[in-house]
Amino acid sequence: MSLTRKNFFADRDIQVILGTLLRVGVIASMSVVLVGGFLYLLSNHSAPVDYGDFNPNKSGLSSIFAIFIGLRELDPKAIIQFGTLLLIFTPVARVVFSIFSFLIERDYLYVLIGSFVLMVILYSLSDKLVG
Amino acid sequence: MSVLLFTIIVLAGAFLAGLVGSLTGLGGGVIIIPLLTLALGVDIHYAIGASIVSVIATSSGSAAAYVKEGITNIRIGMFLEVATTVSAVIGAVITVYLNPGFIAVVFGLILLFSAAMMVIKKVDRSDNDTSGKLAVFFKLNGTYPTENGPKNYAVHRVAGGFVMMFFAGIISGLLGIGSGALKVIAMDNIMRIPFKVSTTTSNFMMGVTAAASAIVYLHRGQIDPGIAMPVTIGVLTGATIGSKILVRAKTDKLKVVFAVVVTFLALQMIYNGLSGKL
Repeated sequence: MSLTRKNFFADRDIQVILGTLLRVGVIASMSVVLVGGFLYLLSNHSAPVDYGDFNPNKSGLSSIFAIFIGLRELDPKAIIQFGTLLLIFTPVARVVFSIFSFLIERDYLYVLIGSFVLMVILYSLSDKLVG
Repeated sequence: MSVLLFTIIVLAGAFLAGLVGSLTGLGGGVIIIPLLTLALGVDIHYAIGASIVSVIATSSGSAAAYVKEGITNIRIGMFLEVATTVSAVIGAVITVYLNPGFIAVVFGLILLFSAAMMVIKKVDRSDNDTSGKLAVFFKLNGTYPTENGPKNYAVHRVAGGFVMMFFAGIISGLLGIGSGALKVIAMDNIMRIPFKVSTTTSNFMMGVTAAASAIVYLHRGQIDPGIAMPVTIGVLTGATIGSKILVRAKTDKLKVVFAVVVTFLALQMIYNGLSGKL
């Protein structure tokens, strides 16, 4: 009984840290998107929009490398895209965190399962999947 | 249309989508995609990219509030993510090869299904009867806190739930939505997980699943900063305000009204998809 209670509280600690992690991730990415969006509107507000046809090369910001290059030049679109990237990686951080908490609990079956999920996400990072 | 006007319209639409989405339990994507494609003439591939980002935003935003209650079953979530991440990546990879009209029709059908699921009264089928071998092996059974102390629950039909989740992941990757209605079927109806646990666990999974397909979309250029920016900001603001008023609001009537709106949008998407206008 005392063992399960102890685990329950350990789980709760992890949950609280997780909640903070998620909130920080969302707030950070939103702030970056807001800054980028403001700069983007400042320089492009009266340009016409053209999203009628899908063109894979239009934004030129379709890799993490390209986003960082644009970030160095303070390109507003790259700043927005960087904020989006932070948002995408918030749940990924949650998976990494969960793997560590399973490791602490010595639940190796779930370390394995979590690592597999992480591998799938990391595999999608390689652009082999996009033809 | 100028960038400024476009941004304002999308921002307002995304705000409403996030607000109503969090009040009714339906994600923002079901409004975002029709708004962008039907009303603003945006190509559906861009709409999908913007929508998946909003799914991550709402998932992480509301999860931060949910985890305080401490009832997410991380093991169930992680176990089912094996199915959803693989299938979401598959869905995201194949979506670009599909005819936009076909995607619109599938989207419309899923919308109709989601609208029906929203108004049907849900029944909590959870119990603590003996569960299968798989649930024991994967340690999926758990407890959740109630006023009378922790309550045990058993997870049923793990294989069936896993397969259903695989399907939900494909739809999520294909259409850029959270496909919450399908996850409800898998977790509540098939696996018989109690509501208190399934809602938060499904939300946890939605963010991870969406992240997997979002990366594929990003590489393909489907996430355009000019669309993603107002969608993300709007949906997140709307969902945050929505979850604050949710505690006080009576949502039954709103759900019926919203179901009618969603049905109308679904028929529009199907019609436009079939007639090749998208």
